[in-house]
Order: sequence, then C-alpha cells, then structure tokens
Amino acid sequence: MTAPLFELRGVAKYFRGKTTLAERILALAGRRQPPATLRAVDGVDLTVAKGEVLGLVGESGCGKSTLARIATGILAPTAGEVFYQGRAVAGLRGRDRLDYLLKVQMIFQDPYASLDPRMRVSRIVGEALAVHKLLPRREIDGAVDRALREVGLDLAYRDRYPHQFSGGQRQRIGIARALAVKPDFLVCDEPVSALDVSIQAQVINLFMDVRARHGLTYLFVSHDLGLVRHISDRVAIMYLGRIVEIGPAASVFADPAHPYSAALIKAIPSAARRKAGFEPLQGELPSPLAPPPGCPFHPRCDHAMPACREIRPELAEIAPGRSAACHLHTAPKVA
Amino acid sequence: MNDDRLAGPILADTPLREKVLRRLRNRPTTRGAAILLGVLVLLALLAPLIAPQNPYDLAALSVMDNRLAPGEQGMAGLRFWLGSDAQGRDMLSAILYGLRTSLLVGLISTLGALVVGVTAGLVAAQFGGAIDALMMRVVDFMLGFPSILIALVLLASIGRGVDKVILAIVLVQWAQYARLMRAAALVERRKEYIEAAVNFGLPTRYIMFVHLLPNSIGSVLVVSTVSIASAITLEATLSFLGVGVPVTQPSLGLLIANGFEFLLSGEYWIAVFPGLALVALIMSLNIVGDRLRRSLNVRA
Ligand SMILES: Nc1ncnc2c1ncn2[C@@H]1O[C@H](COP(=O)(O)OP(=O)(O)OP(=O)(O)O)[C@@H](O)[C@H]1O
Ligand code: SF4
Ligand SMILES: [Mg+2]
Repeated sequence: MTAPLFELRGVAKYFRGKTTLAERILALAGRRQPPATLRAVDGVDLTVAKGEVLGLVGESGCGKSTLARIATGILAPTAGEVFYQGRAVAGLRGRDRLDYLLKVQMIFQDPYASLDPRMRVSRIVGEALAVHKLLPRREIDGAVDRALREVGLDLAYRDRYPHQFSGGQRQRIGIARALAVKPDFLVCDEPVSALDVSIQAQVINLFMDVRARHGLTYLFVSHDLGLVRHISDRVAIMYLGRIVEIGPAASVFADPAHPYSAALIKAIPSAARRKAGFEPLQGELPSPLAPPPGCPFHPRCDHAMPACREIRPELAEIAPGRSAACHLHTAPKVA
Repeated sequence: MNDDRLAGPILADTPLREKVLRRLRNRPTTRGAAILLGVLVLLALLAPLIAPQNPYDLAALSVMDNRLAPGEQGMAGLRFWLGSDAQGRDMLSAILYGLRTSLLVGLISTLGALVVGVTAGLVAAQFGGAIDALMMRVVDFMLGFPSILIALVLLASIGRGVDKVILAIVLVQWAQYARLMRAAALVERRKEYIEAAVNFGLPTRYIMFVHLLPNSIGSVLVVSTVSIASAITLEATLSFLGVGVPVTQPSLGLLIANGFEFLLSGEYWIAVFPGLALVALIMSLNIVGDRLRRSLNVRA
C-alpha cells in the first residue's frame, strides 16, 4: 500500500466537564476536586487510503462527530497527531494550513444549521473562493454555477436564502460549498440522517457520483449500518471514544471479530428497530465521564472474562488488514 | 418518490419586516403610539422651518415678552400659543428645538452604546476564557450601579455639554448590550455554519463580523429601541439636575428645570408643556419598542 492520504495517530479529545453548583460549594469549603474530564475521543489510530470510503459507525455519543471535527481541523486534538499527505497538520502554517483545511472538507449532519441563514446560496458556495481570492472575482460566479449544477440545483435559485429550501436541497448546497474549493477528502458526519427517508437515497447517490467524478476519498460517519455496508470499502466501529474494530467492510460484516461489532451487525436486518433508534444492545452506554476500567465494553459483553475488567485491550491486527481490540483475539498478558 | 431537485424552493417568502409591521398596525394603542412618534420625530426634524421663533437667537427675544400666558400676543405681534418663559422665549419654539436636542442625544448615545456593547459582547463570546471573564466582570460591575449615579459622577467631573451627556449615556448603557450580545453570540457560535467557516479557514475577524454579528444582533437591536426612551429619560434627568446639556441648547429636561421655579407662582406652562412633550415622546417610544420586542419574542 502507498502512503496513506490521511492518518490519525493516538488522537484524543478531552472536554473539561462543567463544574456543578454542588462542586463549587465544595470547592469553596476547601474540598477542591479535579474537574471531571469527558473523554470524547480517547486514543484513535486510523489511516485512510486515497480513494477509499471508510465507514465509521458507533452509538450516539461515542465521539464520531468529535473525531470528524478533529479530522477536518475544526477542533484541535488534546493529544495525538493528524497527518495529511504525510505532513503533521499541527505544524502547518499560513498557505499550507489553508491548503489542508480546504482539501479536507466536512459535510455536516444538520442541514438547517450548517448554512448561514443570512447569506444567499451563491454567496455561501462562493465565499471561500472570494475571501481567499482563490479565483479572480469575475470567475467566481461561473465556479459557483458549476458547483450548483453538479449537485443538481437549479441555477434559478442561486440568489435564494437557505430557509427557502428543503433539507435535501440544503444538504446539496452544503455539498456544493465543499466541492467549490476542490477537496480531496470529504468527512461526512451523518450527512443524511436528518433527511426524509425518501430523500436519503438521492443524496447518497449524489455522494457516490461526485466521488466517482472527482476521485474523492470519504470518511463516512453513519448510524445506518446497512448504508455503511453498502457504500464502504472499509469500516471502523467506534465505542466510547475508541476504535474497537476496523477492517474491510465485507469481511467485518460477514464475520465481526469484536463482540460489540457482532451485536451491532446482528441488529441490522430489523428495519423497524433501525427506525426506532440505534439501540441493539442490552444495557446503557456508560458515561464517557467515567468509562469502565479494563475493556470499556465489558459491562455489556456476553464474553467478558475476569481479565476484561482490569486490562484494557489494545487495537491489534487479528488478520491481514483487520484489527480488533478484544482479549478474545489477543490473549492478555497476565501480570 | 419525490425528487427534491425538481421541487422549487419550498417556503414562501414572508419577510419578517412585513410580519412585524402588520402586527404594529393591528393594535390600536401601538398604532396611535407609532403615529404620535412619527409626528414628534417630524416636528423635531422640521423645527428650524416651522418654529415661530429661533429660541437660540438671543437677539430675536424680547424680555418684554417674558412670562406671557398661552395664547397672548407679544410686543412684536407674535402670538405665543404656548406662552413664553422668563426670557421672553416662545415655549412652542423652545419645545420644538428641545425635542430635537432630546431625540438627537437619545439616538446618538444609543447608537454609540450599541457599537461599544455589541463589539464587546462579540469579542467576549468569540474569545472566551480570560478575556470573556474580565469583560463580564466589568459588565456586572457597571450594571450593579444605578445608571443615574454613574452618569452624575462622570458629568460632575467633566462638566456639562451635549457631547459629554452622550458620553455619559454610552458609558451607562453599553454594558446591557454587551451582555445581550454575548448571550446571543454564544448560542449562534455553536451552530454548524460557524464550524463550516472555520473549516474553510476564514479569518476569525471575518467570521465574527460577517457571520456571527448579523445572526446575533437581532435581539439587541430590538431592545435598543426601548433603550432610546431610557436614554432620553436619563438625559432629561441629568439636564434637570443641571449637569446635562448647556443652557444654550436646552433639551426638554432643561426646559422643565427652567420652568420649575415658576410652577408655584402660577406660570405652569413654562414647565408643564415641555413636560407633556417629554411624556409623549417617551411613552410613544416605549409602546412601539415594547410591541416590537414582544412581536419578535425577545426577552430584555
Ligand atoms: N464541545 C463539547 N463540550 C463538551 N462535551 C462535548 C462537546 N462536544 C461533544 N461533547 C461530548 O463528547 C461526547 C461525544 O460527542 P460526539 O458529538 O462526538 O458524539 P457522536 O458520536 O457524534 O454522537 P451522535 O451520534 O449523537 O452525533 C458526547 O458525550 C458529547 O456530549
Ligand atoms: S475484551 Fe472482553 S469484555 Fe471486551 S469485548 Fe472482548 S471479550 Fe468482551
Ligand atoms: Mg454526531
């Protein structure tokens, strides 16, 4: 394999928890406690090869959006490094940093919040081109039109405001905005989950079309395992801020190695359940403020062994191209 | 299956402006207040053209005409519809010019306070951390004192004058705008279009003023319409207390102060008519501003 287009090494993002009133009173009384840290992303290693579609799935709150924001440079990681085309992103300045930001574009989950309500469509799509002077002024209109046409929006609407469009149309505007700056890598954060079911397929098709046309690479975050299986080359399963399994989509779906992946995949066929929400598992998702010791999945795992409560399994290769973080596959070194 | 590419933009255009105007028109009280306000503003604008006399021009005044009752005729044949004051100044003209000064001070100081407060609130929301904490301490401090006290102390030390009164009102009022603006901008800043702007590498200052400002300023602007009335009230109070506008450019508040001493001797018109004008101005501003605030659902 050639050098990856994109890589995360040991990336983590911790959020400082809000101190509650009770804690403040305790602090006043001299019983100062360390502020709670929320480990939204907790040590993720990931590579994305040029041209592939990597699906990322996991329950709500497991850190997918946070990971997507770190990948696109919207958030800086608390620890770890992000590499784009072999260069550490943290060290990039000026023009180089802008290049990275534009080449790695985010498509947002909420089409109602991701467009500035006070800007016309043409301005939204052409904004980065104009502000960064990527094109001469008179060529921007043409570029905007090309991007709008590419996502299937009628040019007659280029001077409308976002509130005048449906969710699907807005998501197309968001895609046009990203395409206008000629990205290599799209990080799509549940880009269709807020849309009407009848619209979802069309927008997915659009994603696949523009990918084929421009040779784009995708990190595709989704709740919908059926969709991820359908569009992904590889798939990564995330649990409580960590990747617990990653590998080629076909083999992971056919034969999941991690008990968590297995539970998720077993739940796919039930369309009714998918509609009702993403809750295929017994038990609550533990709070990322206080993750369980050892394997974070052990309170919900049918295969949990004594070692699982104490030793955290690391993501390790279990077969060529496949990795999982589970003691079933990597016998724990007993201390 | 419906194809969203074929459908046109879905939501009909109902400009907010249109909706608000309709609501303002539909309420008799609000409508009356709006008309009254319009008339007062017009009178203030046209004062130099319609006033029977230029009350600033001392040469045009005759002491012989002093303290004429409403409707009496002066020496030069001019009829004093609202009477005259101790200098023989026509009260109608003085009120028209006073209205002008009061409105001018109210508008300019509100505008100044808006510029300062909105910028401060925006900066606090954008940068957070120590800058935010410091600025909000200052805001709390300012809002902790009665505004009249702050203004009195300032004017007592720098002296009276239209510009100084405006400065004092700006100092008193910017903090409330800063607090409101910060709250609105904090909500707005969490939205994904701001993250998109960051993703496009747009400069922070650009994001603040081109995206954040227009999307957060609505509630602040609405509240500021009510604040014009309190700015005018504050100016009138300061002028009444003798630390406001100079005697050469009397506002309604100063006219009331001048007439105050004659109130007990029966020459009510010198104080009462400017007082009525001030009440009409403040009430109409308050009613219109409050209606605006409510119909836009903004909490002050
Ligand atoms: N800015 C923030 N400050 C504090 N906590 C945050 C912040 N952003 C996210 N979190 C927390 O981090 C955790 C992961 O959030 P994230 O949005 O990445 O999850 P997600 O996997 O995208 O969930 P969903 O499927 O609901 O979108 C959550 O517990 C969330 O509450
Ligand atoms: S490490 Fe143990 S608890 Fe964790 S998933 Fe594997 S078997 Fe289950
Ligand atoms: Mg998310």
